Amino acid sequence: MDAARRTVRVTVNGESHEKEVEPRLLLSDFIRHEAGLTGTHVGCEHGVCGACTVLLEGAPVRSCLMFAVQAEGASIETVESLADGDALHPLQEAFRREHGLQCGYCTPGILMTLKPFLAANPEPTEAEIRQALSGNLCRCTGYQQIVAAVRRAAAMLRAEAP
Amino acid sequence: MKPPPFAYECPTEVADAVALLAAHGADARPLAGGQSLVPLLNFRLVRPAVLVDLNRIAALAHVAVEDGTLRIGAMARQAAVEAAPAVARGWPILTEAVGHIAHPQIRNRGTVGGSLAHNDPAAELPAVMLALDAEMTARGPAGTRAIAAPDFFTDTMETALDADELLTGIAVPALPEGTGWSFREAARRQGDFALVAVCVLLRPASGGGLNARVVVTGTGNGPVRVPAAEAILAARGAAGDACEAAGAAAAEAVEPMDDPHAPAWYRRRLVAALTARASMEAATGMEA
Repeated sequence: MDAARRTVRVTVNGESHEKEVEPRLLLSDFIRHEAGLTGTHVGCEHGVCGACTVLLEGAPVRSCLMFAVQAEGASIETVESLADGDALHPLQEAFRREHGLQCGYCTPGILMTLKPFLAANPEPTEAEIRQALSGNLCRCTGYQQIVAAVRRAAAMLRAEAP
Repeated sequence: MKPPPFAYECPTEVADAVALLAAHGADARPLAGGQSLVPLLNFRLVRPAVLVDLNRIAALAHVAVEDGTLRIGAMARQAAVEAAPAVARGWPILTEAVGHIAHPQIRNRGTVGGSLAHNDPAAELPAVMLALDAEMTARGPAGTRAIAAPDFFTDTMETALDADELLTGIAVPALPEGTGWSFREAARRQGDFALVAVCVLLRPASGGGLNARVVVTGTGNGPVRVPAAEAILAARGAAGDACEAAGAAAAEAVEPMDDPHAPAWYRRRLVAALTARASMEAATGMEA
């Protein structure tokens, strides 16, 4: 069986990574093990839980449902792209203040789902927030504080916008 | 690593993809958006020797209207169809149905052709393509052929595509002027596959009744037309209790089974209720 390794060049959070990988390496595992960015979490590894959500060319996708070789030449953003040094991104700050996480396992995927959502919809209704969160499972919070955090993040981002 | 090993091919032309599938036969699987196939690989439920990745074939990514017909490349992302203004104008039932497919993260990768070729028996796209009289284009070593929707969806997870054929495009004819439409779905959670989904298309007929199209999915081997419900709407219109009667006829016509998601009796009640509501909504949207 020919499963020859291939060279993959991917930009993650603005930094270029070139690695030789097996075609079956999932993008989620590439991000964690090859790029060394362990902020992206893997939960179910079959596209249900949303923990591994990253931005592929700006759009949220499940990184466990594509192969690293498919991301050749692409630009990817992970949760590590949010904070600026010690300064948290408004999304992170809002989640901290509203207790929008407990164990935190689902949080990176939720934040990466929300970043483009709030960019496209700066003033979402509660129904829209819950719909936006529906592809990300959290087993700790019951979502109440997450919804509150999204509302706060939206307000913070609106206040920040020029 | 979760998936089993495979050789990876990434053609940029349809002809090369078809040649690869022909060369490897049953050992090869085409990889579209991967939102169903990659989970199957991660569970090692499928072990293809070769994956033929279609994601770099630019010629399959279009969503365009030509002479009133909507032409969708098999690799067009579901999100692209959902966001296309021309689809929302001419085929709003398709826009609505795509919005029910899983979550944005899935629709950003999932493709129209992938969903149709996978033919999950509770998926939205096969149902709406059956309702819209879509025509699939398949390309194989022997050439290209057109397959009408009723012939394309043959059974649970089965289509008329041969192993060495590739679904390349979908043509959706224009909806006749004045058509009212409705897409109704019941699922336990936002983004789940449908327990039951119903498509209804209605337009005034020349003799006074209605031209009616009723498609139900989630009740068995995939989407089915329900002639008994169509006949009631055609004869009686949507007035009085005709929509309820159409719903009752649809519930009688389908043959759902008990499964872990819902018992058969519950699915029948969903079919009755959703067909009645969809018929009323479609009738309200009709323009003479």
